Amino acid sequence: MANSTTLDKKQTTLLEKLCQAMALSGDEGEVRSIILEEIRSYVTDFKVDTLGNLLAFKKGTSKKPLKVMLAAHMDEIGFMIAADDGDGLFRFETSGGIDLRQLPGKAVIVGKEHIPGVIGARPIHLTTSSDRRDKISLEKLRIDIGPGSNKIKPGDRAAFATRFQRAGTSMIGKALDDRLGVAVLIEILQQAPANIDLQVAFTVQEETGLRGAKVAAYFFNPDLAFVVDSTPANDLPVWDDEDNTSYNCHLGAGPAIYIADGATLSDPRLIRLLVETCKKEGIPYQFRQPGGGGTDAGAIHKQRAGIPSVSISIPGRYAHTAAGMARISDFNNTISLLKATLQSIPLDILTQERK
Amino acid sequence: MNDILPFLKELITAPGLSGNETPVSEIIQKEWQPLVDELSISRLGSLHGLRRGTLNSPRPAIMLATHMDAIGLMITGTQNGFLRFTDVGGVDPRVLPGQQVWIHASGPKATPHSPLPGWVVQPSAALLPEELDNKAIPMEYFFIDTGLAPEKVKQLIQVGDIASFAQVPLELNGETIAGHSLDNRAAVAALTICLQGLQSSQHGWDIWAVATVQEEEGLIGAYTSAFQIRPSLAIVIDTTWAKGPGTDDWNTFPLTKGPTLMWGPNIHPKLHMSFKELADKIEIPYAVEITGRHSGTDAFATQVVAEGIPTMAIGIPIRYMHTPVEMVALKDIQRTGRLLAGFIASLTEDYINSIALDS
Repeated sequence: MANSTTLDKKQTTLLEKLCQAMALSGDEGEVRSIILEEIRSYVTDFKVDTLGNLLAFKKGTSKKPLKVMLAAHMDEIGFMIAADDGDGLFRFETSGGIDLRQLPGKAVIVGKEHIPGVIGARPIHLTTSSDRRDKISLEKLRIDIGPGSNKIKPGDRAAFATRFQRAGTSMIGKALDDRLGVAVLIEILQQAPANIDLQVAFTVQEETGLRGAKVAAYFFNPDLAFVVDSTPANDLPVWDDEDNTSYNCHLGAGPAIYIADGATLSDPRLIRLLVETCKKEGIPYQFRQPGGGGTDAGAIHKQRAGIPSVSISIPGRYAHTAAGMARISDFNNTISLLKATLQSIPLDILTQERK
Repeated sequence: MNDILPFLKELITAPGLSGNETPVSEIIQKEWQPLVDELSISRLGSLHGLRRGTLNSPRPAIMLATHMDAIGLMITGTQNGFLRFTDVGGVDPRVLPGQQVWIHASGPKATPHSPLPGWVVQPSAALLPEELDNKAIPMEYFFIDTGLAPEKVKQLIQVGDIASFAQVPLELNGETIAGHSLDNRAAVAALTICLQGLQSSQHGWDIWAVATVQEEEGLIGAYTSAFQIRPSLAIVIDTTWAKGPGTDDWNTFPLTKGPTLMWGPNIHPKLHMSFKELADKIEIPYAVEITGRHSGTDAFATQVVAEGIPTMAIGIPIRYMHTPVEMVALKDIQRTGRLLAGFIASLTEDYINSIALDS
């Protein structure tokens, strides 16, 4: 399994469905129902909470099992229709962190029915070279679905129209952040280890401030938590050919284990457990460069009286754009790592030295 | 006439960048074959379709020119498996990040005619010069990422390979279509509608339907084809700027309200008047497009070929020109096709004399 660069048909179909679905923060229903269909027959129990988190529970067989929470967020960045300008043109707002420079010239889908539209730009002929030095501001951009329709309205969500694809050993799609994590947790649930009580949260509103994870962790009240996300791989050449010292993580180098990010200092015992498991199983791994950013762990680890947490990310290039990219091997290795870790997690992990 | 959509979609799915028009030329050949008497290819690759007229030889001839080349990108180098590129035709770099392209790979291990997908990417801020924070990123800082390992990239792709836009055609509301290369494949579609319309009618003049090459890089095909054919009249059909977000000046024209009839030094004034009168007569809505100098079309070439050719230019309004999501109204394409067919039907044997500038 380690280093596998292939996706089987079932995985491919699932990732395609997950990545092409639209689930902006606060409107995660489309992804939630895909997950539910996948996990329903494998779980002991599940519920959808008041924010829309899908909380699935799989009971272990041992007498006093550890309660282990896993979390991956369902929501993605995108757009919200803000005003109807008439003639099929709509003003819009961004939802989640998006670099506006990624918007012009893209195809989008709008609303529950995925109505196609485009975000255009002024013809180059009608711009000056000094115009082209500035980015195009949001006020100047419109979503255009063509004239003469009232099929969409302010409040509707929109997202890039990218289709999920594979190229060589890579996968390309929108919302790989964090549908890859969602797919990992689906697979874990379908082959749940019996030694622990598994509490899996498919969370909402990560992109708007880790809001779903906060209430999910409160509800589950776990002993410890693993968060599976996708972190940016900025592993491209630097413009002046200097060494790239802020790569964050590398594509193809294995799951990225978090030591510290902008929101969480990972529990050292859990970091150690992950690293030892990688070594034992021959799974490649890397440490995400400590720095800013955050995952659902930021909300989980300080819930209730504190929940020891760690994040594992599948490295992804070009997060929050129309076309993200990840390596199949990193995805598969993340599944392998999580599986092996959960199977071998010692009952006394939380009484071990932190060191 | 309503069935132009599948052909148009095929046209805007094909590559065919300036200087490399063969893929789109082949699609047009297939469509035009049954509509013309003779089909030939010029020395530079322009496609010439001839429908013979019924007048005695030597007959006057009209050339209907639409350029078939498209804008796109070209690989200039590789760096650690990432590709650097430049543009062919004029591309605003601000529409590029996140865009999928097809790389027409010709490296030592490439499979001919099986393009590789690639994605134009903008490196994160930490990898770019600080002064570009929050500014538009110039093209030289972008890469194309193929998702392939660096050694694979080396075997498959080489400098000079072309990358065409991969945006699939989108059918939008109000019978509008969005996609790449509608400039100028929309006009190719209009010309095809005209040829279809001529099937059921007689015409005295010879008709040369021409799909020109290299318009975006200097109107090269228009100069050379007009010289070879030496028509009595040249009608150029290209796209023009439609009104849209941030594009509302006097030089922009509403989508769905018909083609533009260009007017200015690049246009023969009496020929323009003929089109105007005809459009009024057969009730085709239009706008007059004022072009102060260069019409921005192949007409700028045809007018000054040999001893000069009376030239007219017609514009089909499209939004977001030179982006991968150009947008056109099918209605405007159909009207343009009808207008051309109507003009051909109206041509008399001595029409040329009637538009002499001293008459």
